[in-house]
Amino acid sequence: MKKSTLVLLKTLVWAACLIPAARLAYGAITNQLGADPTRTITFMSGLAALRLLVISLAITPTRQLFPRLSWLIKFRRLLGLFAFFYASLHLFAYVGLYSYFDPHTMVTDILKRRFITVGIAAWLLLVPLAITSTTGWIRRLGGKRWNQLHKLVYISVCLGLLHYWWQVKTGVLSPLGITLIMAALFVARPLLEWRKRRRVTAGAA
Amino acid sequence: MLLRKPNPLDGSDIPSSEITPLAEYQRFLKERKIQDRRSFLTGAAAAGAAVLGADRLGSLLNPEVSVLAAGKLQTVPSPLSTHGEQLTSYQDVTTFNNFYEFGVDKSAPAHNAGGLPTRPWSIRVTGLVQKEKTIDIDTILKMHALEDRTYRHRCVEGWSMVIPWVGYSLSQFIEQCQPLSTAKYVQFYSYFDKKVDKWWAESSIDWPYSEGLRMDEAMNPLTLLTVGLYGDVLPNQNGAPVRIAVPWKYGFKSAKSIVEVHFVSKQPPTTWNDMAPNEYGFYSNVNPNVDHPRWSQKTERRIGLPFYAQRRETLMFNGYGDFVASMYKGMDLRRNF
Repeated sequence: MKKSTLVLLKTLVWAACLIPAARLAYGAITNQLGADPTRTITFMSGLAALRLLVISLAITPTRQLFPRLSWLIKFRRLLGLFAFFYASLHLFAYVGLYSYFDPHTMVTDILKRRFITVGIAAWLLLVPLAITSTTGWIRRLGGKRWNQLHKLVYISVCLGLLHYWWQVKTGVLSPLGITLIMAALFVARPLLEWRKRRRVTAGAA
Repeated sequence: MLLRKPNPLDGSDIPSSEITPLAEYQRFLKERKIQDRRSFLTGAAAAGAAVLGADRLGSLLNPEVSVLAAGKLQTVPSPLSTHGEQLTSYQDVTTFNNFYEFGVDKSAPAHNAGGLPTRPWSIRVTGLVQKEKTIDIDTILKMHALEDRTYRHRCVEGWSMVIPWVGYSLSQFIEQCQPLSTAKYVQFYSYFDKKVDKWWAESSIDWPYSEGLRMDEAMNPLTLLTVGLYGDVLPNQNGAPVRIAVPWKYGFKSAKSIVEVHFVSKQPPTTWNDMAPNEYGFYSNVNPNVDHPRWSQKTERRIGLPFYAQRRETLMFNGYGDFVASMYKGMDLRRNF
């Protein structure tokens, strides 16, 4: 891929990733965040984080399925870091807007409200991944160990989805769509591995 | 005072010409939306004034005057109305609704409930009554003087509002139903038609929505047969044309758009209790001491206030203990949550 094309695409991905933040900022300035702005900010940032995580996890299977798209890997770090940005915004919205920075409230919530417990756990798992996302860290850890560490993202996204399901009222199916997409990605990995192995075996024979 | 209409309803009919046609009402809503510049960032005071427009300023500054000049319904004041709290704006009350038949997103019912056919409308009275019958909405509207009843509204999700409803005690309606002495509970069914409530599949609720009260709860003067909001007819998304408001219980107990009132001898099945009996009890009285299994009920967030002033302590029975606590004497409210 030409450098100029890459720069253009990266700019577009940056812009796309910033859309949820821009919408929230615009809504806050123009008072269009609905009757419960606290909820809107928290919900939109959390949803953006989950969506970006799922998109970033779709990159590897997509590359395996369509080798011509293998350049997509160049965008995975960007998507992952934006997911972390929105997850942090989501956490900060909780800390500031819901618990008013009150440590007692936060501790009680984390211990007693299980959807918050798993939500915090999901965010904590993303922290080492964000820190070690740099090229320097990949070199320092070595590709294999770095890959192993970054498998944590799967646990994080599962906890994130659980957090979503536990937060909504029983019977509300809003988290279903993104859960099914994630489930498909989980199934896709071993299937694609299996296909690859069969091809390799066939090629060797 | 300055806005009060002098003559209370004396049983005279409300001509259908007085009832706002839907299109006109929607225009009215749109205008209000434009006026609404409720301020999240800069605080509530200035916001409140702008929200409601000049005609509503009086009621905002003096919430005890809850009859509004723009109101289409003739109403009388009620001693059972809650005083001294800032009303949640009309905009917020009508755009933040849990009405899952029209979508699970809180802003969805305001967009989707337009197709609810509120006229003609009638309520079927069935079960343990002297004679089953159907009561027309126009009869319901003139059965008793319509009262202004401002109530706190506490959702099980942890948010609250202060809402100026219009209606009269459900007990007045129940007397007309002539229930038998064997009727110990009353069950309400909400309107349901898959062609209208097209968003029903967004949750796994077994439709139609159904709620229920013990007979003494239903007969408690606070329990309101509700036909209006802010002096006007109920907007569709708030449960038009007739709903229940039970202010000491979590909001989901107050069924919307009621089409059947069914008298029974045993505790009836109710939608949320059926969905998750460990999370939503049959009684579901507002109780800061009994947490929802997944979140605390000790505090609530008042919708419409700036974010730093939203959180407040939740009151036992939502602050209506003087009226209702005696009904639950001797009951373990932790078990009968």
